[in-house]
Amino acid sequence: MTRLPTMVDSSSAEFQAAAAAMTTKLEEIAGEQAKAVTGGGPKAIDRHHSRGKQTARERIELLLDRESPFLELCALAGWGSDFAVGGSIVAGIGVVNDVECLIIANDPTVRGGASNPWSMRKTQRLHAIVEQNRLPLITLVESGGADLPTQKDVFIPGGAMFRNMTRLSRAGVPTISIVFGNSTAGGAYLPGMSDHVVMIEEQSKVFLAGPPLVKAATGEESDDESLGGASMHARQSGLADYYALDEQDAIRIGRRIVARLGWKKQSQPDTANPLPPRYDPEELIGIVPEDLKSPFDPREVIARIVDDSDFDEFKPLYGSSLVTGWAQLHGFRIGILANARGVLFSAEAQKAAQFIQLANRSDTPLLFLHNTTGYMVGKEYEQGGIIKHGSMMINAVSNSTVPHISLLMGASYGAGHYGMCGRAYDPRFLFSWPSARSSVMGPQQLAEVVYTVSKASAQAQNKPFDEDGAQAVRLAIEQQIEAESMPLVLSGMVYDDGIIDPRDTRAVLGLALSAIHTAPVEGTDAFGVFRM
Amino acid sequence: MISSVLVANRGEIARRVFATCRARGLATVAVFSDADAHSPHVAEADRAVRLPGNAPADTYLRGDLIVAAAKAAGADAIHPGYGFLSESAKFATQVADAGLTWIGPPPASIETMGSKVESKKMMADAGVPVLSRLDPDQITEAELPVLVKASAGGGGRGMRVVRKLADLTEEIESAAREAGSAFGDSTVFCERYVETGRHIEVQVMSDQHGTTWALGERECSVQRRHQKVIEEAPSPLVERIGQHLRDEMLTAARSAASTIGYVGAGTVEFLADHDGSFFFLEMNTRLQVEHPVTENTTGLDLVGMQLDVANGLPLEGPEPTLHGYSIEVRLYAEDASADWQPQSGALHRIEIPEVRAEFAPLTERGIRLDSGVVSGSEVSTHYDPMLAKVIATAPTRTEAARILASALQRAHIHGLITNRDLLVGVLREPDFLSGHFDTGYFGGHEPAGLAGSAAGDPGIAALAAAVADAVRDHSRLHLPAGIPAGFRNVPAGPATRTYTVGENEHVVSYRWGRHGIELDDQPGVQVVAAEPSVVTLEVDGVEQRLTVTRYGTELVVVDTADGAVALRPVPRFVDPSQAVAAGSLVAPMPGSVTRIAVEEGQQVEAGAPLLWLEAMKMEHVVRAVEAGVVEQIAVSVGQQVEPGTVLAVVGAGEQEEDA
Repeated sequence: MTRLPTMVDSSSAEFQAAAAAMTTKLEEIAGEQAKAVTGGGPKAIDRHHSRGKQTARERIELLLDRESPFLELCALAGWGSDFAVGGSIVAGIGVVNDVECLIIANDPTVRGGASNPWSMRKTQRLHAIVEQNRLPLITLVESGGADLPTQKDVFIPGGAMFRNMTRLSRAGVPTISIVFGNSTAGGAYLPGMSDHVVMIEEQSKVFLAGPPLVKAATGEESDDESLGGASMHARQSGLADYYALDEQDAIRIGRRIVARLGWKKQSQPDTANPLPPRYDPEELIGIVPEDLKSPFDPREVIARIVDDSDFDEFKPLYGSSLVTGWAQLHGFRIGILANARGVLFSAEAQKAAQFIQLANRSDTPLLFLHNTTGYMVGKEYEQGGIIKHGSMMINAVSNSTVPHISLLMGASYGAGHYGMCGRAYDPRFLFSWPSARSSVMGPQQLAEVVYTVSKASAQAQNKPFDEDGAQAVRLAIEQQIEAESMPLVLSGMVYDDGIIDPRDTRAVLGLALSAIHTAPVEGTDAFGVFRM
Repeated sequence: MISSVLVANRGEIARRVFATCRARGLATVAVFSDADAHSPHVAEADRAVRLPGNAPADTYLRGDLIVAAAKAAGADAIHPGYGFLSESAKFATQVADAGLTWIGPPPASIETMGSKVESKKMMADAGVPVLSRLDPDQITEAELPVLVKASAGGGGRGMRVVRKLADLTEEIESAAREAGSAFGDSTVFCERYVETGRHIEVQVMSDQHGTTWALGERECSVQRRHQKVIEEAPSPLVERIGQHLRDEMLTAARSAASTIGYVGAGTVEFLADHDGSFFFLEMNTRLQVEHPVTENTTGLDLVGMQLDVANGLPLEGPEPTLHGYSIEVRLYAEDASADWQPQSGALHRIEIPEVRAEFAPLTERGIRLDSGVVSGSEVSTHYDPMLAKVIATAPTRTEAARILASALQRAHIHGLITNRDLLVGVLREPDFLSGHFDTGYFGGHEPAGLAGSAAGDPGIAALAAAVADAVRDHSRLHLPAGIPAGFRNVPAGPATRTYTVGENEHVVSYRWGRHGIELDDQPGVQVVAAEPSVVTLEVDGVEQRLTVTRYGTELVVVDTADGAVALRPVPRFVDPSQAVAAGSLVAPMPGSVTRIAVEEGQQVEAGAPLLWLEAMKMEHVVRAVEAGVVEQIAVSVGQQVEPGTVLAVVGAGEQEEDA
């Protein structure tokens, strides 16, 4: 074992400043999360309660095993859009009768749980998590269907939801729908496509068309219960497998269904009773400097998230701007790639490519800790083959089949974001710290590039150059990019699975790793041609 | 000489007699009813003989079976204990006729004293002060209230206080009925009821050679429904009035015993007023429940003396006197707040701390325990609900009360409602401590208030139970070790756990914070440490260590510094179909009713067939789910029924008497 040392002094001015900056950011994010938690707001919740119904979060809490953790995912979907934060869905990974499941609950307090474009994006991301990790899917349905004013953004891509459901079923991943209220029109296919369906007496409503539409279409007089009530579906149509008398009964039945799935994780932790880190994870609040230009040693982070702060570093003397090495986290073996000084050079890229291949040989999941400004530029580096070497790293990341988890601690710019398994590289999970930034390059550099290009263009055409105007534009661009690279924006776009408190990192990664091990973990030796 | 003793009794008194027998090298034989098959008294005996059945009339009152048991098991003497056959002259004769030694007084003494009417006459003749008997037909308004008493027996059965002349006839009849069924003798009589009376009694012991010792007095004025709850020696009244009162009482007791040629242990009971005037009530011709307080203040082993006397040994030396104080409480499985309702079921745990003696005299400061039960005992409804006697000895009365209260407070008694809280409340109540009380004590001191003053705080207990259950449930999760309990990366609402204590519901809200469990809406309370079975809470700056014990899924007991609190966890989920199934019986499938076996109003046992349905050429029987009364037959023969149609309703039935 190799225990990491620490240089962190929590009483130092740097630490205190970093912690203060992080605390401010955490408070801002907590405020946005609180909006998601209140859903449609206190009035809507009161109205919902007054009907004897529980909120989406209350339903989830009752469904989960007592005292079990719940890893909420994409909580801030839709942030910055015209829609309520959260995408009218509450979702995450939780434990139901000892089985880790992915739970999706419509939030009926947000416009009746109607699906807007962000609900769609979030659902598709969640279905991908279900598919990749083979987590049983429990959907707590209560949705009025598509948010009609935005139907053009919802209708056509929304079809994928039902296709996903049946493909999950084909893949042997159990799907359970518990219908708490409306599940109508297109929404009716959600229970229709599920392996197991629970409906609730005089509460569930599942039909393709409600009474007014039926009347308009065929002239037939009908009512909700005969068209799609739980009793009808349990006794006549057979769409309901279980007939619950009330919400708690439905959840009770849902838990019994999971208990009977016989669902087993493909692997357990390698160490049953791992030791906690030797350094206080609370100190993670003061590791990342407010100004991302100051580098920080990712080993200080690793020392506070891995078991016993035990980390065996691979190639520590070679390509030292990228730290690579082996550890265990909550007993699961992992390989870690962490940026140490921002820039990735040829050596770092080659080291990463080799390390990723090694992880695939030993079926070890990989954790990418981002703080990169990208691959090095300049004559010397281009001539040294930086594109070639960066491509090797991207090739390795792209074709690696062991599960990847990405954590954006600080900068994640340019092709460095790709090489470190950015969102487009399909990591199983991607989380951000409040200190994260992601864009094609740093906001300052990007503004500088725009300025330089426009000045060069003016000079080339012998046009007068408005220096003051150009400086103003440069500043505006820098501010715009800075704003767009913020984690709230990225999380709102569902480009990450959530912004987490750095102090929660070990728990979040532990839960993610545990969920990942529901499916088999297998490496590969098949990669693209490595350009040597 | 006696070599093997059968005890014709059960519970603590059987164990008490066996303890002395073992100490003296005598063999022991127990008898037991079916309900008592696993009782400690059976396990402790060298040999045991079953008395089939449960009702006392089938078991512990069957003299013939008991004599046969003694013969079969090789016992040469029978000790009757108290209650049951202890004051049956017929049984004493039966025992002697069978050639066995009867460890008790001669049958004639029993007979004389068994008749309260007769005995009073004899006592009056011997110069012992008595209350005059009243002729029921001559009782006037001025003589009220009067006490109706059974001539035979005791223990409050067959006893009535009558305050209205109009009720007299009815009460006499009812007392006679009760006496008849309890003692087989329905004779009752009336006397003046002394409202503020103090119950003081003298322990006597007479040998076969004419010597009678009066072994000091006991006071047993704290009673509920004429049944003693707290007994002590010496009497606070006698202590207050002075030695001359003791001398008078002891003299009266000696003459009562010698007048009838008494042999063995007996108790002469007096009723005294606050000024020290006293009247003979009755003489109990047996060992009393409360004999330990006399043992503890005299150092004598009264059971041992009974054996000696039965063996013909004389009482030698000077008559012993009382030293120090001893107080006994009777720990009953009963709900003082619900009309003293007896409780039955599993007594999961009974642990009294600092016990220095069991079933043996304790003359030094400390606690003695004479218990009929042990942890895990089942308490049935067939017999008296007394679980144990807890007895303190100390140099002063105040101290005896204090150490007894403290021992009870720190006792772990789980599974049944007991009068523990009430006992602690009385032992700390100023009137009791100052010695100013009488048999009407509970009239002036509300039992619920006394018990409440000594009970554990149910709110704190619920907090401890919730925290302990939360920690326990977390430890049972099959997740990678070390994942924090209740982790939420997005903070959500608190978790809740609900418990009921009696009728009251306690909802505990909590959440898992970065540094452990935090209680919501409990500003003064912090969780200091939490394990599945021990929780330390800081309440307004004071730490309390609370132990949490679970019995199955339906009972959690939290031991607080003030005593145990029993909580029922409210389950997270209820299966509504289970609730429907109780009582109403619905058709499981479409069919026609072919036969109905019961009528409305009929009593049915669980599983009894109620009616038959024919469906798909097969006959299906519908049975009663639980025992009860058929309240409704909702269908008739030949009727077609749909699934879910209610066929019949079986309920608990209305209480006839209340209607």
